[in-house]
Amino acid sequence: MTTVQMKAPGSRRWLLNIGIAIIVIYCLVPFYWMLVSAFRRPNDAGDNSPLPSPWSLDNFSSVFGPSIGFWRSLGNSVLVAGTTTILTLVIGTFAAYTLARLDFRGKNLVAGIIIGTSMFPGVALIVPLFKLFIDIQWINTYQAMILPSLSFALPLAVWTLATFFRQMPKELEEAAMVDGLTRGQAFRQVILPLAAPGMFTTAIITFIAAWNEYIIALTMVNEKDMKTATVAISQFTGISGYDSPVGTKMAAGVIVTVPLVIAVLIFQRRIIAGLTAGGVK
Amino acid sequence: MTGKASVRGAVLLAVAAVVLAGCGDSGDSSGDSSGQSAALEGRGPIKFATGKDTSGNMQKLVDEWNGKHPKEKVEITELPEAADEQRNLMVQNAQAKSKEFSVLNLDVVWTAEFAANQWVVKLPQDQFDLDKFLEPAVNTAKYRDNLYAVPVYSDGGLLFYRKDLLTAAGVTDAPKTWDEMKEDCAKVQALPGNSGLGCYAGQFDKYEGLTCNFSEAVQSAGGSILDKSGKPTVDTQEAKDGLNFLVNGVKDKEIPAAAVTYKEEDGRRAFQDGQLIFHRNWPYVYAKAQATDGSSQVAGKFDIAPLPGKDGAGVSTLGGHNFAISAFAENKATALDFIKFFTSEEAERSNLLATSQAPTRTDLYDDADLLKQFPYLATLKESILTAVPRPQAVQYNDVTAAMQDAAYSAMNGQKSTDDALKDLQSKLEQLTKE
Amino acid sequence: MTVTTAPPPTASGAPKRSTAKSDPQKHGRLALMLLTPTFLVLAIVVVYPLIAALRESLYQKKSGLDENGFVIKGDTFVGVENYTNIFKGETATRFWNAFWNTTFFTVTTLALEILIGVSMALVMHHALRGKGLVRASILVPWAIPTVVSALMWQTIFQADGVANEVLHSQILWTTEGFHAKIAVIIADVWKTAPFVGLLVLAGLQVIPGDVYEAARVDGANAWKQFWRITLPLVKPALLVAILFRGLDALRMFDLPYVMIGQRKSSVETLSMLAQEQTTSQRFGPAAAYAVVLFIYVAIVAYAFVKLLGADVLGEARTRAKETKQRKLKAATA
Repeated sequence: MTTVQMKAPGSRRWLLNIGIAIIVIYCLVPFYWMLVSAFRRPNDAGDNSPLPSPWSLDNFSSVFGPSIGFWRSLGNSVLVAGTTTILTLVIGTFAAYTLARLDFRGKNLVAGIIIGTSMFPGVALIVPLFKLFIDIQWINTYQAMILPSLSFALPLAVWTLATFFRQMPKELEEAAMVDGLTRGQAFRQVILPLAAPGMFTTAIITFIAAWNEYIIALTMVNEKDMKTATVAISQFTGISGYDSPVGTKMAAGVIVTVPLVIAVLIFQRRIIAGLTAGGVK
Repeated sequence: MTGKASVRGAVLLAVAAVVLAGCGDSGDSSGDSSGQSAALEGRGPIKFATGKDTSGNMQKLVDEWNGKHPKEKVEITELPEAADEQRNLMVQNAQAKSKEFSVLNLDVVWTAEFAANQWVVKLPQDQFDLDKFLEPAVNTAKYRDNLYAVPVYSDGGLLFYRKDLLTAAGVTDAPKTWDEMKEDCAKVQALPGNSGLGCYAGQFDKYEGLTCNFSEAVQSAGGSILDKSGKPTVDTQEAKDGLNFLVNGVKDKEIPAAAVTYKEEDGRRAFQDGQLIFHRNWPYVYAKAQATDGSSQVAGKFDIAPLPGKDGAGVSTLGGHNFAISAFAENKATALDFIKFFTSEEAERSNLLATSQAPTRTDLYDDADLLKQFPYLATLKESILTAVPRPQAVQYNDVTAAMQDAAYSAMNGQKSTDDALKDLQSKLEQLTKE
Repeated sequence: MTVTTAPPPTASGAPKRSTAKSDPQKHGRLALMLLTPTFLVLAIVVVYPLIAALRESLYQKKSGLDENGFVIKGDTFVGVENYTNIFKGETATRFWNAFWNTTFFTVTTLALEILIGVSMALVMHHALRGKGLVRASILVPWAIPTVVSALMWQTIFQADGVANEVLHSQILWTTEGFHAKIAVIIADVWKTAPFVGLLVLAGLQVIPGDVYEAARVDGANAWKQFWRITLPLVKPALLVAILFRGLDALRMFDLPYVMIGQRKSSVETLSMLAQEQTTSQRFGPAAAYAVVLFIYVAIVAYAFVKLLGADVLGEARTRAKETKQRKLKAATA
């Protein structure tokens, strides 16, 4: 993946290894705590020992209890986040290419508008959209969750992609067009493969942002079958209205995170390989 | 010229379209009060919006209803666990006049707001045998003497105390006054090994639980937040005594320093880990603290009592939930019958057995079998019958925020008791002016 | 996750292949076509609510109860009163406190995220072993749903939680004070530094290796290479990351709300003020707060772009000029 592989001197390598260790610890220690909390018994929540003293799968079985339908919620999350990502990439790539490569008056204004639309506090977007969706009967539909998600996904994707496209030397594209390809073909065969890491990163960023989304999914959907995982998690309750089921929520967090990370890792190798395979070097 | 102008033109067109659309969708409804006192009509499937019930009993009751009324099925729509979010969703749906929710599970403090905003409909009082319900609970379901909801679950504060420690210190009965409680603490802490124990803790973080504890303190000192006519009365000696019980408790370390961050669960954990002698909490703690699986250090060592007060018995605050019918629901007659079903004696009995949450029918508290299973029922009934609800204000959000500001700043030393109460009085006067 | 891009519309085959690249709006029509889908979507999901909010901010609900005790319905037009109210009296104190908190959070979290994120990216870029492990780890903080991570940090920072146990302290993290700010910053930076790291890493990966080769041949050491080559070339990606993270930080709501609680002046942010008005159904003032926050964010973004010379798009034009000059030189050589 990297084009820079220097023969590192011993001390350098040692430094790098320390760096890796620090990064891994930084990222995983709180997650470790989440894991440990998930494996405690519900009554032991609040125990601070580094390992659960009786290990228990109670929290995990609560998550998948019949009345919750968590599998379905996970599926909904994947659907909503995935569709948002795909739509964002498709629509956003057009705009990103335009900003990166084409010349036209008002370019700065356009870029400003695109980023300006993502500056609005999400809290304020909800209510007008909610009323609109009630009128057009879009409550409890997937599109009611996907469309508003584009409000934060699209600007981010457009700007990120534009940055990566811009980093491609113009000569490559020009050479291809001189060779007889149309602009579109030049884009697909020359720019895309080279910008693959950037596109993939944008895809991950968008997917995770949409995956994490809560307010929109909560407001637009109230039927159990349509809820996403984040909403489902917020609805885990303890016996009374006062106890927040920390253990169950931690278990749900683990269940949601681990497959996501694994899936991204698997896809990353495949996609990068696929995209660079047909590229013009 | 084409590039920029076209882009601009397109944007302007889009904006214009949007503005025009927005104009059509203007403002709120005219004051439409139809359907308020009209008979509740309409039969068919309904949705029941409620926080989740993990005991599964709610679903069981709903299934029983659905079996008997196949054409008027009830579907449970689950709301988030946090009370604030539940309220927000219900309010949002009401504001948008959505037909989605038919039966609403309301916290007792929301009745005034939902009724005054006409988001829920008046219920026919004669169709419910209200005298069989706990009177304070029924009062929380009324607004201006009209019934807007039916009480389903109730709750009152209890004093959990370490019977073993008191006995070892030679104290036989639970304290009835604050002074007695402090004396009992001193006796217990004088015994070897007990000096690190906290005396008393309730819920003191800046949230709704603080409102409960604060109003309990004021009420237990003989004062009130609002008087019978709804005027604020917090600038009184009784209110000061009540707040000072909490403020001085923190100053004198009888209330442990960490207790100002406690919500229900934090306090329960502290009590279960044996760090507190006295603890004010809701009845749900009983079953958890009695757990014999090793998670509780105090199983079998504690008991419950009514809350102590300044000069005598204390006054608990009233918790619980009521069911109401949304003003925008289509099948209100079905909703009414469902509520009647859910508040019948059999349904409430099954709820109590499954969730150990306090029922609202008085008879159940005198049932011998239930008393055997839930020994705290008698004390709880006493607590609820003398309980006082939190201020029943239409703008409850603002009222509770003001109360929390006052109590939290006083307990954390940011304001003196007198100043805090004076500010609270003026704020409440403003809020209850209309 | 396959990236599918349909080829640009057929019109692109048409007259845009001329070699003269100096005309600044020769691509106007094509640009319009390609931008329309984006604008359409944004018009519906952002511009419409934005305009609705603007309208709303000029009204206030009628207050008071009628003789039956029912809330009087309807709005009154109050013009800019909602806005002026924000800056008067007690509200003003709260507003400026929230303003300060928001700014403080943004600056601190950004600084920390840049430091940690860039370091992460550098390590990941140069590392030979452990790549898979690092890549997986870096995704974790970010993949955990916010609703769970906020709760997790809340349990870590509660009075009898792990933080106090590990530090052997009795800090009451959720009470008013600077410690509350620290708790929020730690929780936020943990989750979002990987975002910056990922973007910068992608930016690093695009830099061709020969640039470094040439520099090393010229005798530049590692530090010089970093300053003179890496940082400038990674600047665009880094700036996008900072810009968007900054926008997010300015609108911070979830973390202080869940971890510390409502109405605590140590951590109250502008978004929390807006939300509080919404739950009390004061939609006019809520919209006014939202608009004020929006203006603040816009100013910051604008200043940022101007100050750091993130003339992200202008560079394309500069490059075009460079290309032309290089070609000219080659032609006349």
